Amino acid sequence: MRTLRAFGRFWYDFVIGDDWRVAVGVAVALGCTAALVHAGVDAWWLTPPAVVLLLGLSLRRAAKR
Amino acid sequence: MSAWVLFVTVLLACAVEAVEALTVVLAAGVGRDWRSAGQGVLAALTALTATVAVLGPAVGRIPLGGLRLVVGALLLVFGLQWLRKAVLRASGLKALRDEEAAYTRGLASARAAAAGGRGVVRDWYAFTLAFKGVFLEGLEVVFIVLTFGANAHDVPLAALAAAVAVALVAGAGFAVRGPLARVPENTMKFVVGTMLTAFGVFWSTEGAGAHWPGSDAALLVLVPGIALVALGYVRLLRRAERKTEKSERTGATA
Repeated sequence: MRTLRAFGRFWYDFVIGDDWRVAVGVAVALGCTAALVHAGVDAWWLTPPAVVLLLGLSLRRAAKR
Repeated sequence: MSAWVLFVTVLLACAVEAVEALTVVLAAGVGRDWRSAGQGVLAALTALTATVAVLGPAVGRIPLGGLRLVVGALLLVFGLQWLRKAVLRASGLKALRDEEAAYTRGLASARAAAAGGRGVVRDWYAFTLAFKGVFLEGLEVVFIVLTFGANAHDVPLAALAAAVAVALVAGAGFAVRGPLARVPENTMKFVVGTMLTAFGVFWSTEGAGAHWPGSDAALLVLVPGIALVALGYVRLLRRAERKTEKSERTGATA
């Protein structure tokens, strides 16, 4: 059980890293893009500002620590 | 996407990781036993090659839309991690990685550890230290090779770039006979983070079903745009840091 937990922890740290909110934000931005495309809007413009915002917020959190 | 962008990005990413792995291997070799450290490196490289050989064709079989969404999103999250770290280091909020200091620490731990071998391995500590160093640093490269290579439909070229980087770093390490402290690791990390983020944005958005104006030409705006944003954040953080230091100094003298 401990090995399994360590294995999961390793992959979490590896992919998600120090700030899980960035991964969640990326998922939400892409989900919204897909939903808008489905509704007939070519939402290519959504992800770039979302990424700029997510990086900025993550850096602000790191700077405050 | 032109092949050279894929090649250079993977080469830089792999070089950064190889420099860090070299420091660990040197500590294991100098502090313990070169033969066991070499066996550890060989075992790790075999495991990494097997991972690429097994997962490469499997990733290639995923339908393009799904591949671009999932793998592009992973590449984006991974790229943002690299970029975040590089921005924090460039702005002085996080210490730059010091290979000399890492080597000295690794050497001291290696010399203090208990001796003993297992099977054909004369020194188990040197073997595991070198194995873990190469395998863990190498996993990041495997991830980049697979995600970047699969989206660009050229995993073999990405793997070749990784192999060239390993050969270059190993050659430089052999020539210097010490950790490569002068390699501008953070600048390289900054470039790789920018490329991974830009391509991650491009592919994941396409995977979500949207179409970029100008198709591939959109990358010519995305790559410099993300680099400029990251540099802007470095400037903002530096300014904020200076302001904090100034107010602390004023507070101390008051």
